Amino acid sequence: MSTIAAISTPLAEGGIAVIRISGENALDIASKVFEPMSKKPVNTMFGYTCAYGKVISANSVIDDGVLTVFRAPKSYTGENIAEISCHGGVFIAKKILREVLSAGAVPAEAGEFTKRAFLNGKLSLTEAEAVMDIISSNGEQALRAANAVKDGALYRRISSVSEKIMHALGELSAWVDYPDEDIAEVDSDSLTTILDDCCRELEEILSTYDSGRIIRDGIDTALVGKANVGKSTLMNALLGYERSIVTDIEGTTRDVVEDSLRLGDIVLKLSDTAGIRKTTDTVEAIGVERSKKKISEADMVLVLFDNSSELTDEDREIIDEVRGTRAIAIINKTDMENRLDINYIEENLGKGVYISAKNGEGTDILRKRIEEMFHMEHLDLSAGIIANERQKLCVDKALSSLREAREVLTLGMTLDAVTVLIDEGEQALLELTGEKVTDAVVDEVFSKFCVGK
Amino acid sequence: MNYEMESYDIAVIGAGHAGVEAALAGARLGCRTALFTISLDTVANMPCNPSIGGTAKGHLVREIDALGGEMGKAADKCYIQSRMLNAGKGPAVHSLRVQADREKYRTYMKNVCEREKLLDLKQAEITEILTEDGQVTGVVTKLGAVYKAKAVIIATGTYLCGLIHIGETSYQSGADNVVAPMLLTDSLKALGLPIRRFKTGTPARVHKRSINFDGLEKQDGDENIQPFSFETDRSTMKNQVSCYVSYTNEETHRVILDNLHRSPLYSGKIEGVGPRYCPSIEDKIVRFSEKPRHQLFIEPMGLDTDEYYLQGMSSSLPEDVQLKFLRTIKGLENVEIMRPAYAIEYDCIDPTALYATLEVKTVRGLFGAGQFNGTSGYEEAAAQGLIAGINAAHQIQGKEMLVLDRASSYIGTLIDDLVTKGCSDPYRMMTSRSEYRLILRQDNADERLTAIGYKIGLISKERYEEFLKKEEEIEKELARVKKLTIKPTAEVNAILVSRGTSEITTGQKLADLIRRPQMSYADFAPVDTDRPTLSYEVCEQVELKIKYDGYIEKQQAQIDEMRRLEVKLLPEDIDYNKIRGLRLEAVEKLSKHRPLNIGQASRISGVTPADISVLLVWLAGGNRNEK
Repeated sequence: MSTIAAISTPLAEGGIAVIRISGENALDIASKVFEPMSKKPVNTMFGYTCAYGKVISANSVIDDGVLTVFRAPKSYTGENIAEISCHGGVFIAKKILREVLSAGAVPAEAGEFTKRAFLNGKLSLTEAEAVMDIISSNGEQALRAANAVKDGALYRRISSVSEKIMHALGELSAWVDYPDEDIAEVDSDSLTTILDDCCRELEEILSTYDSGRIIRDGIDTALVGKANVGKSTLMNALLGYERSIVTDIEGTTRDVVEDSLRLGDIVLKLSDTAGIRKTTDTVEAIGVERSKKKISEADMVLVLFDNSSELTDEDREIIDEVRGTRAIAIINKTDMENRLDINYIEENLGKGVYISAKNGEGTDILRKRIEEMFHMEHLDLSAGIIANERQKLCVDKALSSLREAREVLTLGMTLDAVTVLIDEGEQALLELTGEKVTDAVVDEVFSKFCVGK
Repeated sequence: MNYEMESYDIAVIGAGHAGVEAALAGARLGCRTALFTISLDTVANMPCNPSIGGTAKGHLVREIDALGGEMGKAADKCYIQSRMLNAGKGPAVHSLRVQADREKYRTYMKNVCEREKLLDLKQAEITEILTEDGQVTGVVTKLGAVYKAKAVIIATGTYLCGLIHIGETSYQSGADNVVAPMLLTDSLKALGLPIRRFKTGTPARVHKRSINFDGLEKQDGDENIQPFSFETDRSTMKNQVSCYVSYTNEETHRVILDNLHRSPLYSGKIEGVGPRYCPSIEDKIVRFSEKPRHQLFIEPMGLDTDEYYLQGMSSSLPEDVQLKFLRTIKGLENVEIMRPAYAIEYDCIDPTALYATLEVKTVRGLFGAGQFNGTSGYEEAAAQGLIAGINAAHQIQGKEMLVLDRASSYIGTLIDDLVTKGCSDPYRMMTSRSEYRLILRQDNADERLTAIGYKIGLISKERYEEFLKKEEEIEKELARVKKLTIKPTAEVNAILVSRGTSEITTGQKLADLIRRPQMSYADFAPVDTDRPTLSYEVCEQVELKIKYDGYIEKQQAQIDEMRRLEVKLLPEDIDYNKIRGLRLEAVEKLSKHRPLNIGQASRISGVTPADISVLLVWLAGGNRNEK
């Protein structure tokens, strides 16, 4: 049986997250991503022992954490289990999970740890019945989700690739199964072209994977502006409650303050920055550095200007800093007399949004502008965006099979072998859209739900 | 008035390709067997193509042979031309196809049956199947003779309530104008069998002297003939005839289209569902109107006859139209029809009513095989006949029933598809139906199935030992080739370069060199001085095992995964209504199909992964309770 892994703590910001790996190869897989400080190899650890160490990804340290080892049959599932406890946070936990998956584990299904526990004799029949209920209700949900997926853009994108492959497979099959018929030979050049096309499209789908993160975790949005321009007030106005300390003293927000904000179908992960004013205050200087970093990393920047004062050097510095990023200029304090050179701003950053954060005026227009930006610009939310690790894994699998098919075709391998590889790729794609009821899909449909129970 | 005749263990209804294999297997396994046929002159008749094998079908014949069936040997005895199809497309899809002498094949098979000690050939039409408490007890003939039997195998082919259509004319008949049994269907329906109607067809037979072969594309057999049977000596095999290729043209199509209204297919007279894969010529022209021409093969029916078969020209148009459109074709300008083409409708069963053992789920001891089960083709029929015969014998003898899984063979794939997915038109085997086709090759059918055939008792000890010897030779040679280092000599590099692949500068394992797509095992004979003398078959296996090593390993991993679910058997008396957590649709589907194991359940459409998980947990729970 395969070795499975999942984040077994709730997918939310928390103090600690636990990635659980269960199965015959759990310890070997853990040893690929976890380096104990003691240097004692993970696969020699006894059951019920822990090790402190580093979580490694491609030779760099992702996090430090604690590895707990359980040896079969003395574990929850009755199999070998390795649990990596890391610092909380969806991002880190997912990153570690992804490492674990690329080290050879497969994503666990909803209820799968419990299912294995039962199959290995660790649970009673009554408990098993409860598991069956969970599985079946998840199955229903999964069916609904699979159907919902069919209306989605992702489904259409993948179907278009899968249709192309299916078409090629049809031709190959006819040519092979009806050798005496008047069927055109499938030449390797056109097959190569088809495989190339499909690989490219799958690569594109995979490249939107991180946009998938945006949908799940929110659009990383930096709120910048010179000190006391009203960033915190705006943030509170958008959030609808008080978050950062708002005073009239410049530089009150000394660190990056984050919060999530839902606008229609998108979520902003809003970071209030400390401004980028030149400062001698060491503490504040650190804040400025962080703000700059935040601007460069953010998916979107909201730049706030004070309608009531003239453009300062700091404003110009900010404009220079954000030019070329996805930025919206916001002219705050419209309730006060205009002294600001709005033309200069709009020349550099495009049409501004006029608000009075204090009175809450114009925030609706701002929300609309943000939504518009994400619906109309390069990030097309309706385009197929891969929403979770399992889907990524399927497209990955399809891509690697098709690439291999492409490669061995070039090497001059016979078409029977090439076809089997293409088959494999197609199967992976069909699994993704939930169209194929095979043993693999069994495990597949479950996944779309809260993993790690 | 009915009268009692002998008692048998097994009664087989129909002596076509399914019936013959079923009866031979039953008798050879020690069961007293009666083989009933309406006409003893049509035992193992080929009412359509005078040919055995073809893509995927060739695989089936080799598998039948490896299990101890007769078809491969018969084909080797009666072939008149032999070709390995798909030679350039990779070993997994190589398929053997022979033209067979129809008359000789029939005589050979009839005689094999006659000489089988426990087998009685009887000319009789079976009109009724007798049962008691859901168990088969015997059969009744049209004359009123009652033969007791513990198992009955229905292999009625295309004959059951057969209705032939030629243009505006229809008449009750089996293939080749043999009498059609019209009464048995009522008995089957009374037993609750889901009977339905399928349709198939065959082209005209024409006289050799009326064909102008000049300028027709000639198709000859292979120089090096490979036999079907692993027991046949290949050294003396020779081709004796040629086939010819011609094409339809615009004029042919015009004649057909002008007369479409006279086709029973288009006038709505035919109700049966015809096969998608072998449409009549009128079907081809209507459905693929963009194709300017269709290919046809002109094939001899045997050595002692001047009848020729026109493969690709199946039709149900009136005889005069047939003659008219045939005469538009190059080479057939003066053609003389000996037997007109016809379409035939017949009764058959929905195969989802069968277990993978081919036993009818609702009547113990009643088996179905061949076209009666909704398939098409002699090879598909023979494969099922063999399995039905083995299982009828095993049931009577209280032995474990034989179910071949999808990963073992094309036979297993065929039966699994039939009983799990069913079929909406006559089912033809294709290589693309097998997900494990790199492993299920025709060249290794013996490796996959001989041990099973031996264990069942249809493969002799001598043959089994011969097989073990071959396996040992393959293993030994494989080990040697994997270990042997080839030095980068000028001679070696000359061989490599001559095949368009790169030179070596350091010593390399011979296996790695053979793995290069351009190279073969034989290429290295001059530099592999310690190479033992091995048979063609052994060399072939060594080469394939090296070349496809990575793929074979990969497919094997998939097979292991599949078999994990396949060994989880579902109890026969399982009440799906009582399993908590199963969705209603799954309960219905599972109750209808009654799969034998979890793997089969997972392939039923409408059964979701969630349902399978529920079943797994339920199974584990039940087992624990018993402990």
